[in-house]
This record gives sequence, C-alpha cells and structure tokens, in this order.
Amino acid sequence: MDSFTYLAPRSLGEALTALGNGKQSLLLAGGTDIIVQLREGRRHCDQLIDLKHIPELMAYRITDDGVLEIGASAPLARLYEDPEIRRRFPALVDCASIIGGIAIQSRATLGGNLCNASPAADSSPALMALGARVVIASSNGTREIPVEELFAGPGRNTLQPGEILLRVRIPAPAPNSGAFYHRFIPRNEMDIAVASSGVALALDDSGVITAARVALGAVAATPILVPAAASALVGKPANAESFAAAGEAAAAAASPIEDMRGGIAQRRHLAKVLTVRALEGALNRIRESR
Amino acid sequence: MSRTHVSTILNGVETDFLCEPRQSLLEVLRDEIGLTGAKEGCNNGNCGACAVHLDGRVVNACCVLAVETQGRTVDTIESLAHGDQLHPLQDAFLQEAALQCGICTPGFIMSAKALLDQEPNPDEQRIRFWLSGNLCRCTGYDKIIRAVQRAAAEMQEAK
Amino acid sequence: MTTVERPEYKVIGTRPIRPDGAEKVTGKAQYGADIHLPGLIHGRILRSPHAHARILSVDTSEAEKHPGVLAIITAKDFPAADDRMEDLGETAVNLKDALDNILASDKALYRGHAVAAVAALNGHVAEEAIAKIKVQYEVLPPVLNVRDAMREDAPLLNENRRTKTLMTGELSEKPSNIATYNKFAGGDVEAAFAEADAIVEREFTTQMVHQGYIEPHNSTANWNSDDTITIWTSTQGAFAVRNLTADALKHPIASIKVVPMEIGGGFGGKLPIYLDPVAALLSKKSGHPVKVVMNRTEVFEGSGPTSGTYIKVKASVKGDRLTAVQATLCYEAGAFPGSPVGAGSMTMLSPYNIDAFELNAYDVVVNKPKVAAYRAPGSPAAAFAIESVIDELCKKQGLDPLQFRLVNASREGTKQITGISFPRIGAEETVQAAIDSPHWKSPIEGPYRGRGVASGYWFNGGMQSSVVANVNSDGTVNLVEGSTDIGGTRASLAMQLAETLGIPYETIKPTVVDTDSIGHNDVTGGSRTTFASGLAVFEAGMDIRRQMIARAAKLWGVPEDQVVYESGRLHSLKDSTRELTFKEMAAQSARTGGPIAGKASLLARGAGGAFATHVVDVEVDPDTGKVTILRYTATQDVGTAIHPAYVEGQIQGGVVQGIGWALNEEYYYDEAGRMVNSSYLDYRMPTALDVPMIDTVLVEVPNPGHPYGVRGVGEVPIVPPLAAVANAIADATGHRFTDLPISPRRIVEELNGLK
Repeated sequence: MDSFTYLAPRSLGEALTALGNGKQSLLLAGGTDIIVQLREGRRHCDQLIDLKHIPELMAYRITDDGVLEIGASAPLARLYEDPEIRRRFPALVDCASIIGGIAIQSRATLGGNLCNASPAADSSPALMALGARVVIASSNGTREIPVEELFAGPGRNTLQPGEILLRVRIPAPAPNSGAFYHRFIPRNEMDIAVASSGVALALDDSGVITAARVALGAVAATPILVPAAASALVGKPANAESFAAAGEAAAAAASPIEDMRGGIAQRRHLAKVLTVRALEGALNRIRESR
Repeated sequence: MSRTHVSTILNGVETDFLCEPRQSLLEVLRDEIGLTGAKEGCNNGNCGACAVHLDGRVVNACCVLAVETQGRTVDTIESLAHGDQLHPLQDAFLQEAALQCGICTPGFIMSAKALLDQEPNPDEQRIRFWLSGNLCRCTGYDKIIRAVQRAAAEMQEAK
Repeated sequence: MTTVERPEYKVIGTRPIRPDGAEKVTGKAQYGADIHLPGLIHGRILRSPHAHARILSVDTSEAEKHPGVLAIITAKDFPAADDRMEDLGETAVNLKDALDNILASDKALYRGHAVAAVAALNGHVAEEAIAKIKVQYEVLPPVLNVRDAMREDAPLLNENRRTKTLMTGELSEKPSNIATYNKFAGGDVEAAFAEADAIVEREFTTQMVHQGYIEPHNSTANWNSDDTITIWTSTQGAFAVRNLTADALKHPIASIKVVPMEIGGGFGGKLPIYLDPVAALLSKKSGHPVKVVMNRTEVFEGSGPTSGTYIKVKASVKGDRLTAVQATLCYEAGAFPGSPVGAGSMTMLSPYNIDAFELNAYDVVVNKPKVAAYRAPGSPAAAFAIESVIDELCKKQGLDPLQFRLVNASREGTKQITGISFPRIGAEETVQAAIDSPHWKSPIEGPYRGRGVASGYWFNGGMQSSVVANVNSDGTVNLVEGSTDIGGTRASLAMQLAETLGIPYETIKPTVVDTDSIGHNDVTGGSRTTFASGLAVFEAGMDIRRQMIARAAKLWGVPEDQVVYESGRLHSLKDSTRELTFKEMAAQSARTGGPIAGKASLLARGAGGAFATHVVDVEVDPDTGKVTILRYTATQDVGTAIHPAYVEGQIQGGVVQGIGWALNEEYYYDEAGRMVNSSYLDYRMPTALDVPMIDTVLVEVPNPGHPYGVRGVGEVPIVPPLAAVANAIADATGHRFTDLPISPRRIVEELNGLK
C-alpha cells in the first residue's frame, strides 16, 4: 500500500483546489472500494481527498418538483432508511440495500459506486433506468450528464482531471410509473452481480406502456442502456408477451465476457430472465401504487 | 511518513492516537491501541470479523482509515460488557453455544447489536439478512441465529 | 435424541457454559495475531506469481537497503533438510517437501509458493521491501488438473519422481506426476456385474476447496539470547509445530517452546506449518520478536486446501442388494505428494456390507498448493461419487434409497475393504433415524423441488494424549492439557473429569498449556480430542480416585479394598460413619501425603468410527439455476454426546461447509495457473442467508473403546452433504450433475441447453 497524505476539505472550493495542486489524487467517499484497491496495489495516489466533510456532498433532498438530489458522499444506509425515498424511489432502495452487507452500506455511497465504474455495480442499471443524471464540478463550474455517460470501461469513468462528482439527480417519477432493479448472484447476499437489470415503466390509463427504460449490468464493458428493449415495450400492453420481447432484446444487446463469475451464454440468458422479472416487479409497483 | 494526530471517542473515552494515513482503523485499534477484539479475517470487507460501530453504525474497521475517525465515536466489542455484567447478546451466545472457535464472534455480536438497536424484534430472515456480511465457518449459523433471537426476546422483556 | 444402552450420567449430556466462552464473547481471548511483545516487528512473505517456474536467482540487495527492514531470508538460510518422513499425527510429511513448501528452493511449484521473507518495523514497510526483491524465474508450463497431470506427456513437477505402487513397493521406470498407486480388491467384481439386475457407471469431478477458517495463519517467534526459541502460534498441534520447527532448524526439541494461542478455526488446515520456522529465523537474524500473519489471498493461495478429484464409479445391484463396486479415484496432492486418496478409498464403501469391490487409487501432483487435511479428508469426494451412483441405481430400480441403505448397511462384524471387521457401529441406526425423522415423513411437493439422501463414514483417530489434573485444597481442580481447543474441548474434557470424579463441572478449570508444561499431545485432528484426551482425562480422574482411596484407607485404618469412591464421596464399607467428600479429602491433602495430582499419558486405541445419514430438500430456479436449501436433517452416530450443544454445532457446521462445497465453492484457475477467486467475495462460502436451520438427530451407539462411549463427531458431518444435495437436485430437475460445484451456471446451462 502506497504512503499518501490525507486531506479533509470542508468545502467544494477547498477540495477543487487540493485536486489541482499537481499531486496524484484519489477521492475518498465511503472507502469500501478505494481503501481495498489501494491496499491491494490496484490503485495508487500521493494524496487521498476525503469528500465526507463537504456538507453539500453529504446531503440529500427531494425538491419541490419531486426530484431526488443525492450528494455523492451520502451513505447508502441513510438513503434506504428514509421513508420518503422508500415510498417514492423503491428501485433506488432495491440497489442501495444489496450493495455489500450492512457494514458496507453504512459507508458506501452512490458517488463511489458510480465512479468506481464496475460493469457489475448495482446502482448503475437502477439509476440508468430511473433516468438519473449526475452533476460534476470543476474549477470551471458544473456540468450535468446522464448517468450512463459516466462509464468509460471496467474501472474507468469519464471524469476529467480536476473534476468531482457532486450529486446524483433522479427525476420525479411520472404518474402511473414504476421501476425495479433485480440482479442475479450465486449466494443470497455479499456477492457481485453475474448479471443485472434495471427497468422503468410508465403506463397510460388503459395499461399500455407509454415510456420504458431498460438497463443491464455485468453483460458488457460498462452498464448499458438497451433502447431496443424499450422500443419493444412502448405502445404495447404491459403483459407477458411484451415483457418477453423486451427480454429477448436485452439478451441480444448483451455482449458479456466469460470469467469466474459467469459465462457468456449464462449471462445472455440471465439478461433476458432478469429483465422480464424486473419488468414484472415494476408493473407490480405500478399496480400497488394505484 | 509523518504521523497524524487523531482524537476520537473510543468506547466512551476520549482517546488520542498517532497514525499514518494509510493505516486502517482496524490496524490502529489492534496494533497501536491494543484493542484486539476486532479481528482481521479478510481485510477487504467480506467477512465482518472486524465489525465495530462508527457513530452508532456498524462498519468494517478494515474499510475505514483511522484518520477518518477524527472527532467521531468508535465502539468496539470491548465496550459491551460492564465488568462481569455481559451484554444480553454476549450472554445469549454463551447460552446457545453459538460459538465454536470464536474468532468471528465479536463481529457477529457487533452486527447483531446494530440490528437490535434499530429493530428490536427482527424475524429469522431479517436476522440472517443483517448478519450476511459476517462469515462463520464453524457453526453453520443455526445457533448464532437462535442466540440473536434469544437476546432480542430477553432485551424486549427487560424493557 | 435416540439413546442406545446408555448409563445414567450426571454431567455428561448436559449443556454447561464453556470455560473459554466469556473471554471470547467479550473480545478478550488472545488469538495468534493478537499477541503484542516489546520490540515486536512484522514479517511478510514474497510469493511466486507463477504456477510453475525454476528460480534462477533471488536478489535481496535493494530490499535490504530499504529503511526499516531488519531481516530477509530465503530457503538458503535453512539448514539442508533430511529426506525422511516426519509423523505429524494425523498425516505424515516428507521433511524435505515440507521445508520446500515453507520456502521454495530451486522451483516454485504453484502460484503463491513462498520464495523469501522480510521482517521490518511494520507490515507496510515489509511490503515495500518485498516489492524490491528481484527474482529471476524461468517460467515453465503448469499442469493444473489431475487428469492432465496423469498424461504421459504432462509437464513434470519433479523430474526424479517415480510412481510407487504401494502394494509391492515397486517404482515406475519413467518419471511421473503420479506419486503413488494403490489397489484395494476383494470378491469377484466381474461375476457380480455379469449377474446384476442393473449397473450404473459414472464419472465425477470435484475442484479444490478450502477449509475457509476465518483466522488467517499466523506465527510470532522470539529467538531468545540463550538460543531457545518461543513461538506463539495458531495451530491444531503445538507439539507438531515444535517437532517440525526443530527439524527445520536442526534445533533440539527441548529448546523450542510453542505456546498455542486461541485458534480461529482449522478443520485440518492448521495441521501443517507454514510460518513458524520462518518467523523464528527472521527473529534470529533481526534480534527482535517477529510476527508473520497471512492475508486472505495468501491463505487461499499459500496454505493447504483439499484435493480436486476425478472419480469413476461402476456399481451393480441385484434385487435390493448392492453387489459390486469398481472405482478409480484420482486425487490432486498439490505441489507435493500426499493427497487423502487413501482415506477416500478406505471410507468410500464403509456404509455398505459389500463383498465384491475393486478400488484403484492415484495420488497425483499438480501445480497447485500442497493439500492439507480438510474435515474427513478424502471422504466427501468419494462419498459424492458412490452415493450419487447408489441414488441413481435406486431410482432406476424403484428402490427406496433409505431402505436400500438399511438393507445393505454395515454392522458389527462386517468386513471393511481393508479386511478388518467393524466393532459395534451405528450405521443402520443412523439410516433408521433418518427414516423415522419428521423430515423424511413429510411430503416434498411442488415443481423443481426435490429430496436427496446420502450416507457417509469417517474412521476417527486415537493417537497420543497427556493430561494432568491437579487437585487444589479447596476442592477445585486445574485440568492441564495440551490439545488445541478448536470448538469446545476444554468443556468436553472438563465434563468427563467431572463425571469421573463425581464433582461439579464448574469446579474444574481446564487450560491448554504450552509444550514445556505438559507431555506430548498429538494434533487436534481426526476428531480425536474429546475421545483420546477424554480417555486420558478419565485415566487421570481414576488416578485421583485411587490416590484418594489410598489416603482414606490410611486415615480410617482400613484396607484399600474396603474404601469406595462413588459420586464424589469416599466411604468405608466397614464403618458407615466414615465418609469424606472429594472436597474434604482435597482439604486434607497436605496432611495425608502431599499434593494430589492425577496424570495420564497414553496412546489411545479403540477410536470408534462414525456414520451419518443426511436428508435434504431443495428448490431449483430453472431460469437462474439458483438452488435454495429448504430443509436439512442430519442424523449421526455420536457415540455419547458429552456436550450435546457442541455436538450439534459440529454437525451443523460440517453440513454448511458441505453445502458450500456442493453448490458454489471452488478454486477457479486461469490457464496460467492463477487462482482468480482468492477472496471471500468470489470464493463464496455460505452466509447466514444461504442456509436454513440445520436439524440434527444425535444417535448414541456408545463406542466400546471408550469408558463413556465417546466417538469423534467433528468430521463425518461433511461427508454426506455433497451427494445429498446433488441427489436432491437430481430429484428436483431430472438432471444428474456429476461435476462440483453444482453452481447456478452449471444448472442454468444444463436446464436451458446453453452450452
């Protein structure tokens, strides 16, 4: 493990200044990935900048127009314990409550889970399905991108030098809509997704799908959105037949690798199965909320 | 590498220590402060043997840097018993024979305590979910689950 | 609980609090890595990144200059090792191999093989120095699988190794990775096959799996100024550590003191030694006490898992009788010879009374870690194969699998394949207990749900034990023992002493002491401690009783045969007013001849083998391949359950390890021989959320070889689960899986035709 200095800036300005001081920096949020990666020599730095003392990164709120804004360093447990978040954003709870065990969730953050850019990260497909965007700060101001544009490859994100992920913005759910995240792991907890699917559906009064988003994890170099699966759903009734078609589209979009966690055919097959199950879950949520 | 001064409330007592930024809380507790109740089983957050409470929440001490605990509250297994008065969880683990080698026991007790602090009356499935971040290789978990159920019942009764 | 021929006990069979419990639930118990000494420094190991490579040179010069480094050693720092066998109790090792495994000399034989060691002011500095050691390797092609290693053209781990045929002692002409071949045969297998109603022939594979104990290996050593060495370590056998360290360092045994710390699990994996001589040499060189602790990856890559196997079985039935079994068992030994294929062969058929058999057993080296014992070593894989085949035969013939096992069960007098007859055993009783269980009587319904059963056997061990019981003037007793307490043996031994002496369990204080302070004790392994050290405790208790009787006789002026010791009291047969309690006698020890101490040092014979029969219900998700264990019942002949709660715990723990082995656990290698899942995250041991409560049925068929009927209980619980789970999955899906682990991937590919 490298030797490094530790900085705990109290404001975003301080953090950005530290980030620009010419040293090789890494950002610390919950630390459940980065500390282990430093220990195992998989990442290196001269200075570690702790983002947990910047109030705006630790905060979350639901705005008046129903947008959920989550500071990048807010621990997952605080999010899923919040009754309003549980009620309005259950798909976020789906993913936040299964990343590691409870002791991990006390520390781990959405910002960290996203920036770590694992193709199998649980929060990514869920947030992509929810249409989340991320706000990125630098000394030049802020920019906002869809969450799916954050991923460059396994372990690589698209943040530029000097940038900090500030917060995640999840739009207010449309009326008559529902979202769901579902993954497959060999054990029942404490495991990395072999494949995963996050979906969101909106229906009209007659039960026809008016909007849909389908995202997959662990079946490509990054989490992917599957527009073909969404197209297979929009304009169709929310039933087994349309879900099966979306599942097939998801399987077709998957380009997985073979590794110790799963095989190519297995992952492709799971992309279909999980997408169908996630769609059923989303539909149930719509029905329950009526 | 220069060492950083850190002040924490450790097991209810104001505690100062010096550490390198790369040292984990687990390392400092065990090697610098001499509290060896938190155990190192994997050093990467997958076994829970080093579970402690940080500001009242259960965390793996191997995944926390010691410098991060500046100004915060850390509670370890050593804080649970008062003299020879065991915490109900500790007593239940003994009564139910919920340990064999015992290396995972402090972590299980700290995780279970966090659960019962939050949910005093969890069902079996809920206990299993909460304890899934703690590995035990000796017991097959059966008697651990029963011990947590017993402690929950006793703590409820005592109220 | 089923009780057979059981006397009335006062302490045995109760469930008292274990003596070491409070220290463990409060975090105060001192495990190996918890030790801190003045001037303590920290050691780390440099390990080979290659699975098979010649070590051309090791350059430590840069590392030595690194600030904070105090000592560096390589294999060259050890005295040349003797090429002879060293008996470790449960297993024997070739000394040269054992040392070469501790630090590689000319060849790295697996990824993770130790090459050099550094001691420095702290672990971080030691790791920095490790990175500065330059090793030149000539990388060689690795051989990673038992069948590949047996091929004539396979790369050789050792060009001088020839196959030894154990029946004749002959050596093969050509060098080979097959270290030994052995054959067990009896009856006329071909004739039985010719007359059979049905024959099933199948091939099975299992992968290397790890014991998975939560505490990593560790050792702290101090080379004292008088040339004595003190070692604080986590081990299943302090005396084995002492002997092997003495051999490694060519040091007198009496000058080495091994202090056994609390041990955080072993399951056989802490029988070999890895770190102790290294820590000792680093201490000698640095002048400091040195602590070396493995990290989890090192535990996976650099300690001893159990063998991956290939097993082929052909078996026949006629009517409801098992008539013949022919099998080939090939076990990976890892980098050096010594797989448990012999034990696998000798236990495979034990549950059955069978006349015709032919077993061919191969011990094969591969470029993977040297295997160590793991709970009933060798038996689970063999049971997986035979019990799967028997399940298939039963299904084919429409036979009830438990009735079949009952009809064909071994019993007292049944000849084992070694030719030795069984003494009183509980094989059929465990099958009957399974038949009688509420689980077996309950229906199993629903799609993709199934039930499986399997039986298993483990010999259990005896070996050497020493204990001393010192009676104090207040009537309390210090029980001094030398067997590592890995899961409650301080309790089970103190209980046997309490029973023998007729005194309260709470008045006995058991302690596991260092190697200077008690006579030799073999390892805590082979499920022997409660049996063999229990026998020693019984003898020590009887020794105390004899001494007390002699003193009472003297006090009362009566012949010794007129004094009776009963239920903790001495009384005279001649004069009913003459009576002394144990406590009163203890108080008089100074006046009646001095301290009373019971002693026993013995070689325990008469270990009783243990049988188990398990029933499991599963549900399979055909779309994901996920297997859910719905219900599990384990019946086992436990002889006499001294502390039933800890007996149940042994069974429950073994079952869950077996479930992990059956469903998810494996050493997963890439082509270069790199274990790519060397973390708890990807090795996937069961969590609390992966298993249900495990129901146990303790069948008590007392072992005639022990005064309280004790049988070892710790190992056989892991024998049946692999097959029981596989049989349940076959029942649930109609597909028979013959390769472990039966992972979701295997199931989903099979059920959906994805291959």
